[in-house]
Amino acid sequence: MSMREDLERIEAAAKEALEAAADGKALEDVRVKFLGKKGELTAILKQMGGLSADERPQMGQLANKVRADIENAVSERGAQLKELLEARRIKEETIDVTMPGKAPRVGKLHPLNKTLEQVEEIFLGMGFEIVEGPEVEKDYYCFEALNMPPHHPARDTQDTFYISDSVLLRTQTSSVQVRVMEKNKPPIRIISPGRVYRSDTIDATHSPLFHQVEGLVIDKGVTMADLKGTLELLMKRIYGEDTKIRLRPHHFPYTEPSAEVDLMCYNCHGAGCPMCKNEGYIELLGAGMVHPKVLENCGIDPEIYSGFAFGIGLERLTMGNFQIKDMRMLYENDVRFLDQF
Amino acid sequence: MDLSMRWLADYVDCDMPIKEFVSGLTISGSKVERYGEEGDFISNVVVGKVLSTERHPDSDHMFITMVDVGEGEPLQIVTGAQNVNVGDYVPVAKHKSTVLHEGKQVKITNGKLRGVASNGMLCSLSELGLTVHDFPYAIEDGIFILGEDCDRTVGEDIRKAIGFDDTQVEFEITSNRPDCMSVIGLARETAATFDKKLDIKEPVFNGIDGNIADYLKVQIHDPKLCSRYMAGIVKNVKIEPSPRWMRERLRASGVRPINNLVDITNYVMLEYGHPMHAFDLRYVKGGEINIRHAQKGESIMTLDGVERALSEEMLVIADAEKPAAVAGVMGGEYSGIMDDTVTVVFESACFDGASVRTTAKKLGMRTDASARFEKGLNAQQCVPALMRALQLVEILKAGQPLKEIIDCDCSDHTPASAPFDAKKINAFLGTDIAEADMIKYLEKLEFTVKDGRAYAPYYRIDIENMSDIAEEVARLYGYNNIPSQVIRGTAQAMLTPKHKFEREVKRVMTALGYNEITTYSFISPKYLDKICLPAESKLRKAVTITNPLGEDTSIMRTTALPSMCEILSKNYSNRNACAYLFELGNEYIPVEGEELPSEPPRLTIGFYNADGSDDFFTLKGTVETLLDRVGCFDVEYEAAKAGCGFDEVSAFHPGRVAVAKKDGEAIGIFGELSFKCCENYGIGTRCYAAKIDLDRVMEMSTAERVYKPLPKFPAVTRDVSVVCDDGIPVASLEKAIKNAVGKILESVKLFDVYKGKQVEDGKKSVSYSIVMRSHEGTLTDEQADAAMKKVLKALGELGAKIRE
Repeated sequence: MSMREDLERIEAAAKEALEAAADGKALEDVRVKFLGKKGELTAILKQMGGLSADERPQMGQLANKVRADIENAVSERGAQLKELLEARRIKEETIDVTMPGKAPRVGKLHPLNKTLEQVEEIFLGMGFEIVEGPEVEKDYYCFEALNMPPHHPARDTQDTFYISDSVLLRTQTSSVQVRVMEKNKPPIRIISPGRVYRSDTIDATHSPLFHQVEGLVIDKGVTMADLKGTLELLMKRIYGEDTKIRLRPHHFPYTEPSAEVDLMCYNCHGAGCPMCKNEGYIELLGAGMVHPKVLENCGIDPEIYSGFAFGIGLERLTMGNFQIKDMRMLYENDVRFLDQF
Repeated sequence: MDLSMRWLADYVDCDMPIKEFVSGLTISGSKVERYGEEGDFISNVVVGKVLSTERHPDSDHMFITMVDVGEGEPLQIVTGAQNVNVGDYVPVAKHKSTVLHEGKQVKITNGKLRGVASNGMLCSLSELGLTVHDFPYAIEDGIFILGEDCDRTVGEDIRKAIGFDDTQVEFEITSNRPDCMSVIGLARETAATFDKKLDIKEPVFNGIDGNIADYLKVQIHDPKLCSRYMAGIVKNVKIEPSPRWMRERLRASGVRPINNLVDITNYVMLEYGHPMHAFDLRYVKGGEINIRHAQKGESIMTLDGVERALSEEMLVIADAEKPAAVAGVMGGEYSGIMDDTVTVVFESACFDGASVRTTAKKLGMRTDASARFEKGLNAQQCVPALMRALQLVEILKAGQPLKEIIDCDCSDHTPASAPFDAKKINAFLGTDIAEADMIKYLEKLEFTVKDGRAYAPYYRIDIENMSDIAEEVARLYGYNNIPSQVIRGTAQAMLTPKHKFEREVKRVMTALGYNEITTYSFISPKYLDKICLPAESKLRKAVTITNPLGEDTSIMRTTALPSMCEILSKNYSNRNACAYLFELGNEYIPVEGEELPSEPPRLTIGFYNADGSDDFFTLKGTVETLLDRVGCFDVEYEAAKAGCGFDEVSAFHPGRVAVAKKDGEAIGIFGELSFKCCENYGIGTRCYAAKIDLDRVMEMSTAERVYKPLPKFPAVTRDVSVVCDDGIPVASLEKAIKNAVGKILESVKLFDVYKGKQVEDGKKSVSYSIVMRSHEGTLTDEQADAAMKKVLKALGELGAKIRE
């Protein structure tokens, strides 16, 4: 057999073997078998010495062509195989993307604190500092300094838990206001959020422990119009720009004039519906101009300074926000409840 | 306060639509809670006249009646009542009507009773929602036969016919306005609010001649507690039911009619807001009334039939011998009005509010009278109240009042007043109301403005300062007409470091997958037993509520741990498969020598997962991550034992509980809850909890973070396995490795702990992967080898030998 025939045979065999190679390893084996140092082509080329001087360049040229052809075929097949394998892998790895996702556990803030953070941010934006005070409090700070001497009938509206004759669980965070006024000169602009306690039996709308955010502003020339503007701004930030509020005269011993503030029902816009018990308004908070006696009690001259105060029930706000119907849910802390916020 | 609109109409024009009335008064300060018509549950019930009655053929107790209802043919109605006679006027519930049955509204339709058609129902009082107190001549268990005091026009709507169609308005009256707890008070507010004319006539009575001193002597012993005592005498009293109009008004005001004399006292109280008392002169021993303090050992049987012990600070109305009434609270039973009472004493007095309040509270007896007195009534009100009572006696022909009355008056008649300065008021309210308008508002409220002062009418007890006057002006001007203004001036506000820190804690805890909870800060002392707290623990000394709602909420928690356990328990019993929770809350720790306790903030963490996927080390990882994220570094952990700084260690599995220490101070405890503790809480799976002293952590943390450049040179990793005593905590091995490697140490990672085959009993094999890196250049093998040599030496000193 001539060398030419050998070369042509090798090329044909290589191409056939390449066709058969089904994966990367088979392809490499073919490459080594035909092109490797100990491969068939090399073996043929070693016989070149035995050729005549005429044949040698011809055969050399042919051999180089065969090598190049095989090399090309190998890389072509390689590319082909890569595509094939990729296609197979894609097919194998195809998943049903409609299967459920694996959710990492994410914790949630308690709805009360979610609301509180919102309220705090609104007030921080208006320049109110956040101040805290003790929950177990002296009668003086909770009542007396707030113009409710012993036996004042308004004490009845705040059924109190007593620790001793002079120590109690604060019924309102207004106690913090007194502490702040005692220590600081006006201007004062604070809110005091926190837990308060009243001797109410637990039901859907009452709890012996609940949360308040009280606000206090004292400065020269603070007016009732400022109070209205502040509360309106607060309610608009919480409930949206078209929110309307209504002020009604009321009585608190620590403010004069005093007001209760109603929110126009967001459900019926004042027309009356079951949500607002047909009143068109939802009672929201109490407010008023700080009583001159309270200012005096705290060493602030009511002839020079005036101010306003307001108290918001965080539970009421939260329950309204999230449409929670039963206050007890807030304290049961069932994870199925907590996970919703 | 329930107001009868019909009664109100006596004094002021209140003809406007009820909705307008209600919202107008609410906006001017008298908040309406509810309103509605009496008897609105009754419909299609009319007056009928019984034409005939015959026995039901198939019943021994039923009657078949024919009743004229004023339209078409008479109705055939079967009734089981025995008191119906021909000619009686009766309430007839026609086809498709509604009445009450056992307190619930029911519908009446045509039907058959034992085979006989019955086209409606004859009604009893209770089916109309009334009682024999409303119609004393009616019987309880029969049909209501309309008396002469009813409109007996056949076919007339029954509610109209018997006067059961008044409109009731319930007001929430604030404690500063006891004068508004009355028809006249609300009439004044109505007049001022709607700019209507008030029509209050001074009550007058004729009286008969006689010397009152022959009947009664009155002496006030303590003018501070009783500033005025007025009394009138009524002779030849005839006790009988009061007329329908009076019964009707009492009922509409929520007061049950009793008899003419008692009804008069209630009527006057409701009308004038001034409590009255009436008693039988027969039982006033010695004909004298002493308003004095109770004496030691005295007691009284009050009108409600309860014997009550009195104490010396209480004020009583006593005769020559013993107390006849607790002043301003309740009368005594023995001197009360009886059916055979002949001579009555009417009392109209003014008692000190605080004293009445204390007494009523102490006796556990709040009455309509005490509720009014304790807010502080004005002594001048005694006069019209007594006059009105005596006038009513004459109107009702209930007896003959003596013309002469007794008036012991020690009260101050100076009217309350406050400065009036229109400019100041406008500056205070942020308004621009003309002075003339202000004066107009005040005059509508019966104030007098003179020489820069506003003088209040006598019945107002709440006027002291300029701000009180401002409120009166503002409420008639309309709170809603005051402009809104955004507060001027600037203020700097930012979160306090504590707030920021707490928010960071919450952020980290939620990121780690824990839900925030909120629990009560009061707990039961039993909760401390549930966490197995030793009897001698200082945590058992708690701030105690003297008047708790119940034991469950009777002490302020000295440890936040039980609250967490309760919530874990609740979730477990609610069949939630897992719960991962945290709470930021205070503890309340009594402080020696201080009135108030300290209230340090705590973080509690708790979880269980029924699938067992998380364990002690999940919790430890949580604590570690949290502390790292809030900037509390170099925390060490060790097994917790009694005396570790946390008495709560008692709640935990003794082999699976650790304390976190920073600079030698215990700042937190965490671990698996003990079997006993889980059992106490009814939790049937492993449960983990932690408590961290957040105040201490905050103090020892730094918010500062300094960037470290990323490494430029490659690291060298060497693994080492050693065998050591099982009792040696791996933390000490790790510490030794850290010290031995020194500066070039990047990390030490424990990757295997093995006990069992090929390891001697009582020993364990521990494997670490140690990563070393220099920031100056690539580490050489020699440098790494040298470091490892030191590591092995240090481990060797702890008795750990390289594993063969």
